[in-house]
Amino acid sequence: MNHLSEEQLILHYYGEEEDAGAAEQHLGECEECRALYGSLQRVLNVVDSLPVPECGAEYGEQVWKRIEHRLPARRGAFWVWAWPARWRWAAAGAAFAAFLVAAFVAGRFYPHPRQPAQLAVADTQAGERILLVAVGDYLERSQMVLIELANASPKGLLDISAEQERAVDLVSENRLYRQTAAHTGDAVVASVLDELERVLLDITHAPSRLSPGELEKLRQRLEAEGILFKIRVLGSNVRNQEGQKL
Amino acid sequence: MELTDSAFVTKARLGDADAFRALVERHSRPLFRLAFRMTGNQQDAEDVVQESFLRAWRQLGRFDERASFGTWLYRIATNCSLDVMRSRKRRSRQDAGPEGAAAEVEDPVLSLPSGDPTPERAALSGEVRGQVAEAMNELSASERTAFVLRHFEGMRIDDISRVLGCQPGAAKHSVFRAVQKLRRALEPLTSGAR
Repeated sequence: MNHLSEEQLILHYYGEEEDAGAAEQHLGECEECRALYGSLQRVLNVVDSLPVPECGAEYGEQVWKRIEHRLPARRGAFWVWAWPARWRWAAAGAAFAAFLVAAFVAGRFYPHPRQPAQLAVADTQAGERILLVAVGDYLERSQMVLIELANASPKGLLDISAEQERAVDLVSENRLYRQTAAHTGDAVVASVLDELERVLLDITHAPSRLSPGELEKLRQRLEAEGILFKIRVLGSNVRNQEGQKL
Repeated sequence: MELTDSAFVTKARLGDADAFRALVERHSRPLFRLAFRMTGNQQDAEDVVQESFLRAWRQLGRFDERASFGTWLYRIATNCSLDVMRSRKRRSRQDAGPEGAAAEVEDPVLSLPSGDPTPERAALSGEVRGQVAEAMNELSASERTAFVLRHFEGMRIDDISRVLGCQPGAAKHSVFRAVQKLRRALEPLTSGAR
């Protein structure tokens, strides 16, 4: 008969094992495992008995009184900043799309006595230039986050919560640019942005404090995928195109 | 009908302080319990609760409304608690030499306000209380967090992994390591209690 491992006993204690019936049956039949489980229960019951100061029903109200005057105002001159980041970027994307449509419609239907095609092209080019500037800026900020992580050399755990917060914002932005690139048929940009998004998502989902081993794994992944190199090349191309559009 | 967290969050995002107040009043007590078990000190726990709500207010725009507000708040409180524990360790190292620092190890039980004696309180007297506190202090930050969330808060491994921002397997192993360490440290005390 296979005995239950310590991990299985712990899971059983917390009711998280996959097959509760089997564990229960084994404990009923195996004295050795039962003794081990009893010992585990006693230890955890002692820990469980640690008391916590009781808060009254009015505790929440007390907390509110202490923090109320310290809350910064959320509704500023630009109420749109109270929106979630995803909404803000969706709104920005919609505004940009509207701009492109308006540029197209203006170029197509506005009664220009002279050189109508040339003006429409100029408007579209202005839109593309805005996108290029935004993507260039975005790639630089993403690169900064990745470089900070790649070059960190902590002695113990590395707190990456600040980088994670930046990565969350970058993921929201990424989707907008990637979709725009896909719509305009720029497969290279869309592909690099797609890879970058996956790396950023992994960073946001990682523990907020990385052990040296976990940090090394992240570094190896960045190197293996060559994501930093791809971002640099794409950033350089974007800057060149941006210069040509000026 | 009482509004859900999600409804309050939507209003609070638009600057409705009363909606945020409702969230504060709803979540303060469980947050205090978590913070106390993480830090082992009442004053630190109260500071953690306040700081967590201030951070939550500032970061509301980043909260994904598909997620649970409670889990998100627990994650903030966990990070605040870890900050408090780290700064306390730093202060302790600065204020005293190695011997003084060892003597100043916090005992969460001893720092409790006195209350009516209960069977648990009576059982946890003297050496046992000190050793339980010491054993808890020996856990790493992730082990202590995972253990507190699983053992005291009754949170499932999947939810703990969301709070810690790691894979469920990693959260499970943190719980295992914590229990194994506690067992090694405390088993001699309980072996005679059969």
